[in-house]
Amino acid sequence: MTGVPYTIEVHELTKSFSGVVAVDHLSFSISKGEIFGLVGPDGAGKTTVMRMLAGVMAPDSGGAVVAGCDVVASPESAKQRLSYMPQRFGLYEDLTVDENIGFYAKIFGVKAAARDERAARLLAAAGMSEFRSRLAGKLSGGMKQKLGLVCALIHTPEVLLLDEPTNGVDPVSRRDFWCILYSLLNEGVTILVTTAYLDEAERCHRIALMHEGRMLFCDTPARLKANLPGAVLSIVTSQPREISERLAGQSGVSSVMIVGDGLHLMVGDAATLIPQLKEIIAAAGLSYESIEQVAPTVEDLFVEAVTGTMRGMEQ
Amino acid sequence: MNGASSAVVVTDLVKRFGDFVAVDAISLEARKGEIFGFLGPNGAGKSTTIRMLCGLLRPTSGQAQVSGLDVATQPEQVRQNIGYMSQKFSLYNDLTVSENLNFFAGMYSVGRSDLTSRLDWAIDMAGLRGRENSFTGTLAAGWKQRLALGCAVLHRPQVLFLDEPTSGVDPLSRRKFWDMIHTMAAEGVTVFVTTHYMDEAEYCNRLVLIDRGKIVASGSPLELKQKYMAGDLLLVECDEIGTALELLQGAPGVDDAAIFGNALHLVVPKASAAIAAVTSYLSQHGITVQTIEPIRPSLEDVFVSLTTARTGAATEKPIP
Amino acid sequence: MNINRLLAMAGKEIIQIKRDARSIGIVIAMPLVMMLAFGYGVSFDTKHIPLYVYDMEGSRQSQDFLKRFQSSIYFRVVKSVTTYRELVQALDDGKCQMGIVVPADFSSRLSSGETVAIQALIDGTDSNSANLGMGYSQAIIQAYSQQVTTQWQQRQGHANVLPPISVDSRTWFNESLESMATIVPGVVALVMAVVGTFLTSLTIAREWERGTMEQLISTPVTPMEIMFGKLTPYMVVGLFDTCVCAAMGVWWFGVPFRGHVWVFFLSSILFLTVVLSMGYFFSVVAKTQLAASQISLIATFLPAFLLSGFIYPIDQMPAVIQVITHAVPARYYMAILRDVFLKGTPILLMWRDFAGLALFALLLAVVASRAFKKRLE
Repeated sequence: MTGVPYTIEVHELTKSFSGVVAVDHLSFSISKGEIFGLVGPDGAGKTTVMRMLAGVMAPDSGGAVVAGCDVVASPESAKQRLSYMPQRFGLYEDLTVDENIGFYAKIFGVKAAARDERAARLLAAAGMSEFRSRLAGKLSGGMKQKLGLVCALIHTPEVLLLDEPTNGVDPVSRRDFWCILYSLLNEGVTILVTTAYLDEAERCHRIALMHEGRMLFCDTPARLKANLPGAVLSIVTSQPREISERLAGQSGVSSVMIVGDGLHLMVGDAATLIPQLKEIIAAAGLSYESIEQVAPTVEDLFVEAVTGTMRGMEQ
Repeated sequence: MNGASSAVVVTDLVKRFGDFVAVDAISLEARKGEIFGFLGPNGAGKSTTIRMLCGLLRPTSGQAQVSGLDVATQPEQVRQNIGYMSQKFSLYNDLTVSENLNFFAGMYSVGRSDLTSRLDWAIDMAGLRGRENSFTGTLAAGWKQRLALGCAVLHRPQVLFLDEPTSGVDPLSRRKFWDMIHTMAAEGVTVFVTTHYMDEAEYCNRLVLIDRGKIVASGSPLELKQKYMAGDLLLVECDEIGTALELLQGAPGVDDAAIFGNALHLVVPKASAAIAAVTSYLSQHGITVQTIEPIRPSLEDVFVSLTTARTGAATEKPIP
Repeated sequence: MNINRLLAMAGKEIIQIKRDARSIGIVIAMPLVMMLAFGYGVSFDTKHIPLYVYDMEGSRQSQDFLKRFQSSIYFRVVKSVTTYRELVQALDDGKCQMGIVVPADFSSRLSSGETVAIQALIDGTDSNSANLGMGYSQAIIQAYSQQVTTQWQQRQGHANVLPPISVDSRTWFNESLESMATIVPGVVALVMAVVGTFLTSLTIAREWERGTMEQLISTPVTPMEIMFGKLTPYMVVGLFDTCVCAAMGVWWFGVPFRGHVWVFFLSSILFLTVVLSMGYFFSVVAKTQLAASQISLIATFLPAFLLSGFIYPIDQMPAVIQVITHAVPARYYMAILRDVFLKGTPILLMWRDFAGLALFALLLAVVASRAFKKRLE
């Protein structure tokens, strides 16, 4: 971007734990008002990145600037401007919803009037207005996460760091949660969110796919999908096993996967391959309902990138 | 037994805790070799149902048979005939791979004659040949999960229960795992999966969606997407996306609107009619639409649509 | 340091103390139980000492003398033997803890006004009981000899000589009460050392265990605010407990309180600063509630019990150990409490103990505040 300062800038960030590299020379930048997703399986290093950006863990090397503050050199000044929601529920279960909000409001020096106004608005958005005097420990998983978000937002942070906020949350609550996140963009909040649910990545403006401490790629979901080499085919059939045996290893077919309704194939060129595949299936005396090209998922991107890297290393 | 092809038969199963009806007259049937997905929000009654099917909880009323055994009267035999694997793998990290396998073989009293061949089979399946003496704690998540599966099926159960088996596992390992599950299913094992992880649901042959103790939908993933989505789904790309969302949320003819990254997803009664209507509605308010097209709903869209349609709102209700 | 954040910490901590049944139990029950256990456990365990008697004379007078042992609550005469051998055997076998030998010339020597040597054999395995047994028997013998002296004087023609009601003999008979008076202030100090450390040993570890610490350290709150915010409520709780212990000492155990209340509070505040900081430090270092509470029990109880002058007088310890006792904060507090309860010594005369306590309070508060880092490993 031209001259626009990034809200989060990460440069060659590295951290190891007793010899095992958790985050390996990671670099990325996030603009103001962006929802950026760090996406990857458990153990990819997402949580370690978040902890370093939140100023609660020191990196081995590399740097990070969050909301204009160098979190490596002066983590305490950055903490005034950011909110961090750890993966594990970080609020007091033996305090009520209101008591938790009040505690964090005081810690961040929010005035009582501003706190009351904000708390009322955020709780209403979270659909939790009627639970203000309930102990946090007695809330459902989805509501706990929403309460965590309310507490994190009580002081109008510039940067919001959310570590797997929707883990274990059902799709309906998850949607509520994202609704609140999008509403924050009007206030200019920059959001960095991690998730192991690859399908959730589609909700972010930009995503970085992480694997074993490194970044596989980083772009908007749409551009990533457009750049995926090859295509994904879906075959709906009641004989997936038999068809998969015939198609595996065919030239142009890089992988075959059985799913609930049939098969998913990663192929080189869909247009030329579909007629060939139809012939092979028909020749084997097998039947199918449909063969069509479908949009790749983030999971497809991930698998392609990882296997691509592995092929690269073998060569 | 309702015919030899049904591995799990549930008839009007009810479980009450005090006044609270956790499971409200559920009936279902899972065929032999079927991968059966059980979806629903937290507190919908998924785990209560699974616990009854595993013989851990006594039903208040109704019947459930697993492999022809009644869960209420023969819970011990039921437990001997099922395998269970949870998301939190219950392996001992301070035991080696083969020690864990031996322990579970003992727990399920795998016969002496069968033991060696079953242990070999499990080690090969999990791809842990040569690592039999490694401590389980040192294995990567994907290997651990396959070992846990091996432990759960050492005694050749006819029915296998999996609780969010691949959440957080890397996609390559997940695909390998589901490949193994499909192989077992092909050999006649019935697999019961509970999850609210839509990626996992796609691997199931048949899905049942449960909400507040009742079954609200069932069918294959494709059927669910085609049949149960109340209306069509539109993808809209436009400028001023935040304003557009606010406008469309209350707009006539739009059932639901949500942001997905740089685009909006709209639920409308009929796609063909809505495309023109939405475009002109937005342009009246000075917003230019770049793209508007019907898209195929994901399982998550179906899930949300079905559960919110029943409450009228997307918010959670108080837990009793 | 931001006072509002400190107050927010303290307010949160108070709510949590109120809602946690276990912490209420520690606050109320632990001092009561420990006061009773130590108050009685240390002072009352030597009643009914089993006693063998060997009366070599067998006269009316010697029997009269031995009856006094029989009627004492401190002794239980198990058997009267007829040979010295039998008596020694009984001691060796543990059938009795003490033997009294009355010589054959008991009555003749008494009537001629000569000194009689009574032999007492004591099983010294349990030195505490042995000392007490020795003391009780001396008291009985003393009282008897007093009576004999009076009678003898009366026979000698000193009519109307009042039986000397000596203060001495009363002190002897009040042996147990007197030891209670010195024990109870010690018990108060001991209980507060253990309870005070225990109270705060859980507070930081609990936040790590429950996962609330990660969120807390991502906020601008400073380590000092966390520490003072957490210690302030426990200081109030600790002072309440100290008062409960002191009140029990005065009204239950009947120990006097002769000093000034404010001296008592000043020393208690200093000592609580020491033990609360110590518990906080253990909590920071251990990171689990179980480990922190175990460390704090071991680290406070043993020194406070053994090296503070509670059961062994410091001036009778070997020189090296005496030096070491200066590193035990409970030593100073115990000395101050004994003076406050029993003597009412002016504070200026206790300046050494106050200085020692203040030094440790400062030292441990600094160590504890430095130990906590707003970082994950």
